[in-house]
Amino acid sequence: MFSFDLLINAIVSGILIGGFYAAVTSGVSLSFGILDIVNIAHPAFIILGSYVAYIVNANFGIDPILTAIIATPAFYVLGAGIYQVYYVSFEKRGQESLRGLAFFFGLLFITEVTLVLYFGVDYRYVEAPYIGPTWHIGTIDLPLRILVPCVVSLLLIAALQLILSRTFIGRAIMAVAQDPFALRLMAIDPTRIKRVAFGLSIATASLAGAFLIIIQPVEPSVGRQYIGRVFAICVLGGMNSLPGTVIAAMLVGIVESLTATFYGPSWAPAVSFGFLLLTLAVRPAGLLGR
Amino acid sequence: MRTPTFFLICLIVAALVFGAAIAIGNDYVFFAGYVVLQYVVLSTAWNILGGYCGYVNFGTAAFFALGAYSSVAIYKLVTENDFFRMPMPVLILIGGAVAGIVGFGMGYLTLRLRGAFFAIATLALAVVLQTLVVNWDFVGGSRGAYILRPESVPIIGAYIKYLFLIMLLLAVIALTTARLIEHSRLGYGFATIRDDELAAEASGVPTLKLKLIATTISGALMGMAGAPFPYYIGYLQPDSTFGLDYAVNSIAMPLIGGTTSWVGPLIGAILLGSLQQIATVTISSAVNLLVVGVILVAFVILAPNGIVGLVRHYWQHKPDDIVGRRKVETDAQGTVP
Repeated sequence: MFSFDLLINAIVSGILIGGFYAAVTSGVSLSFGILDIVNIAHPAFIILGSYVAYIVNANFGIDPILTAIIATPAFYVLGAGIYQVYYVSFEKRGQESLRGLAFFFGLLFITEVTLVLYFGVDYRYVEAPYIGPTWHIGTIDLPLRILVPCVVSLLLIAALQLILSRTFIGRAIMAVAQDPFALRLMAIDPTRIKRVAFGLSIATASLAGAFLIIIQPVEPSVGRQYIGRVFAICVLGGMNSLPGTVIAAMLVGIVESLTATFYGPSWAPAVSFGFLLLTLAVRPAGLLGR
Repeated sequence: MRTPTFFLICLIVAALVFGAAIAIGNDYVFFAGYVVLQYVVLSTAWNILGGYCGYVNFGTAAFFALGAYSSVAIYKLVTENDFFRMPMPVLILIGGAVAGIVGFGMGYLTLRLRGAFFAIATLALAVVLQTLVVNWDFVGGSRGAYILRPESVPIIGAYIKYLFLIMLLLAVIALTTARLIEHSRLGYGFATIRDDELAAEASGVPTLKLKLIATTISGALMGMAGAPFPYYIGYLQPDSTFGLDYAVNSIAMPLIGGTTSWVGPLIGAILLGSLQQIATVTISSAVNLLVVGVILVAFVILAPNGIVGLVRHYWQHKPDDIVGRRKVETDAQGTVP
């Protein structure tokens, strides 16, 4: 039985969840898309962000998004530190492809298992005033629980885009993606720029983590579901384009939501991966790729 | 050493291992040993694509599960229709064939992509397959499937001993295949792909064809390792069969042992596999994954060529290169200093 309301609502919730996916993916677009660092552990950092938001929320009752914004410097430092290790151990030696991947895979596991050991596999959730209510516009439902993360994540991406296109450091980051050697000739240290960019990428994980735990309860292995989704969106969006990432994220969100509504949620995970396989096979440059 | 000689020596070692396991006289040895041997096969199979060609496959679990679920499908067909029950080696061949075909297909779809894209695509494949299995009621869907295994087998005795023996033979076959590849034109072709794919292609190496061969062999071996698994575990469930544990283990073991030769995955699997078995029994299964993660990270940072590389470095004072295996060190600009 086809219902128009159902269709509209599925599309709207797909767009909302797509906004959240864009926040999750923006970090990967920075690290994988621009810096060419295959940070497969990014979802693990997002879960870490969720747990930070959870701990602060459970103990002090502070708003998860506020916590996440306060925690970004810490995540930035963590990211910069990880990049330093990565640079010294792999990039410098020219071994980043196989061993670098294995390194991040190992990090993913260590983060996940450490969280399991500390917090167990129980689902954790946060409390905030906007988690319960839903706005109704005509027949369209707008749950604030998803609307708020979506709006904040679009703001986050706009900010990132401004940093990348307007500031010196942002332009240097785009430049390092194109030609690190030329950057050196301009007397800029490419390693430093990459460190900053990777720090930024992990810093976004703090916010994305808070969004995640607002949208759904979180346990340590939830991150795995996002590995493929995140890379699918990143590749679909054309790797190094943040606007492309947003469009791709919404597209994946809509298709996932339609699949879940009309075929059942158990098919939804395959959607983004099917998308990914298709993109890789047909148009590896992505939607807005060059 | 010629391949038949190597095969014979492996068989003799396998017979000794089997004899020793019987001599210990505790059935648990077979249960634990089976898992370690399974990892020997999986990590050797992973290494054919990952170590020799340099293509990281995160989808070990997918191929493993393909083997396992083809066994389940056959089991269901046989029990529902009262057909003749197929012996285990036939199941293994079928599982290997299914996984090999999927490996070929995946390679064809994704191997034009270099490096990281391939790795991510394999991860995607695992999730797509898992979704298919979860939605396929015939093999139990998300509820899982029960397999009733025979109590015992003539001559050998308990069924677990039979499974152990089969996995031992599979390990011998996997190791012989890996060594055969390593010392053949195929192996040198693989090595050129790993070291510099563009240069290899420019010199006339049929890279796509070689990579397809590698994904097919690697996938088939993983499927073969998975085929007896439902009979070992008795209850097969998608979440655990597609678990990331298989992926991380089959990557960690070759990297810890050393990826350039067949010995590496063997050493890695035996060391890490036994360590995990001990950790599972004495501490907990969550801790054993933590151990794997930490060891993996420590090894890729501190000993990039694994145990084999360390041994070669300290004992023989030989630089770590077997014929044509050395990667020329380049700096960030890709120029040779």
